[in-house]
Amino acid sequence: MNVAELVNDAARWVLPAFLVGLPLYGYLRGVDVYGEFVDGAQEGFWTAIKTIPFMVAILTAMAVFRSSGSLAALLNLAAPLSRLLHLPSDILPLVILRPLSGSASFAYTADLMRSFGPDSLIGRLGSAVQGSTDTTFFVLTVYFGSVGVKNARYAPAVGIIGDVAGFVAACLVTTFLFS
Amino acid sequence: MLNAVWLFLLVVGVGAAAVTGRIDVVTTSVTEATKQAVELAIGFVGTMSLWLGLMRVAEKAGLIESLGKVLRPFARWLFPSLDPAGPAVGMMLMNMSANLLGLGNAATPFGLKAMAELQKLNPDGQRASEAMCTFLAVNTSAITLVPVTIIALRAALGSSSPTSIVGPCFLATVGSAIVSVTADRFFRAAARRKGA
Repeated sequence: MNVAELVNDAARWVLPAFLVGLPLYGYLRGVDVYGEFVDGAQEGFWTAIKTIPFMVAILTAMAVFRSSGSLAALLNLAAPLSRLLHLPSDILPLVILRPLSGSASFAYTADLMRSFGPDSLIGRLGSAVQGSTDTTFFVLTVYFGSVGVKNARYAPAVGIIGDVAGFVAACLVTTFLFS
Repeated sequence: MLNAVWLFLLVVGVGAAAVTGRIDVVTTSVTEATKQAVELAIGFVGTMSLWLGLMRVAEKAGLIESLGKVLRPFARWLFPSLDPAGPAVGMMLMNMSANLLGLGNAATPFGLKAMAELQKLNPDGQRASEAMCTFLAVNTSAITLVPVTIIALRAALGSSSPTSIVGPCFLATVGSAIVSVTADRFFRAAARRKGA
């Protein structure tokens, strides 16, 4: 059995393991598991509903851009770069969007998976990139802003290096495991 | 920046459609896109509720605190200048544990509290301290065990294996965390040499 099969096999057990493990662990620690579950699940509705404006904004813009043929033209231009990186060019816009806005890049990932399927290589790449990188500029602004630090020194540079590393690592791991 | 990207997509898209005579396609595709945006969000409600419910149970069972204890040796190594039993390290550990579990909403308050504690130890209040830079390097490349929202999104879009990205995300974030911490050490050493 190779590594990819092993990872896929383990993935099938993630949800069942959480479904048994967490409530059981909570119960043994004296938590009102059913009540807390329902309480937490209530947040799911608003979390999902709050993505609607971002989804509408990005899916609309992408629909215009794609149906007009502009996306194909742009991706054609980026083809040498994507060949160089051995990556589908559709994934490249995520590098720009991800550090800027979590909601926008989330909606872009949704658009990728909607267009190519969540289990396609592009869908998996998008998921991995979205799940392994952060909205660095937003975090730096909020965290330093909250305590009044004006000079962030080398923190933004380190953040960008980390983002690029996350992107590269996500693509490498996904390509290695699924193609 | 986001303004520019969004505007670019719209202006170039509509412009190109007008020139190539495909303006009707734009209208139908936009109508379809808005409908799908809402369907996607609604499809997202169920799986998101399930994960947030499970994670609430984990939180109430004290899993964040337990993980924090496991991670304590890392904090000692990352922040040698700080008191390992102090409130700054404590809050940073809670933030890292919450991020590890994919509990973004729980992580942020701990992170902001950690920044406030670090600011108390900062000799120059306007300028980021070394510990703050290290903390943000770790925070923005956060190692993730359960990328909850992505799992939920994949499930909402009909993936046959929504959790198949757990392994890749974990490995990728371990990689980016190693790079971030190394970069932070490098920049810190360079700044010290310059006497800045």
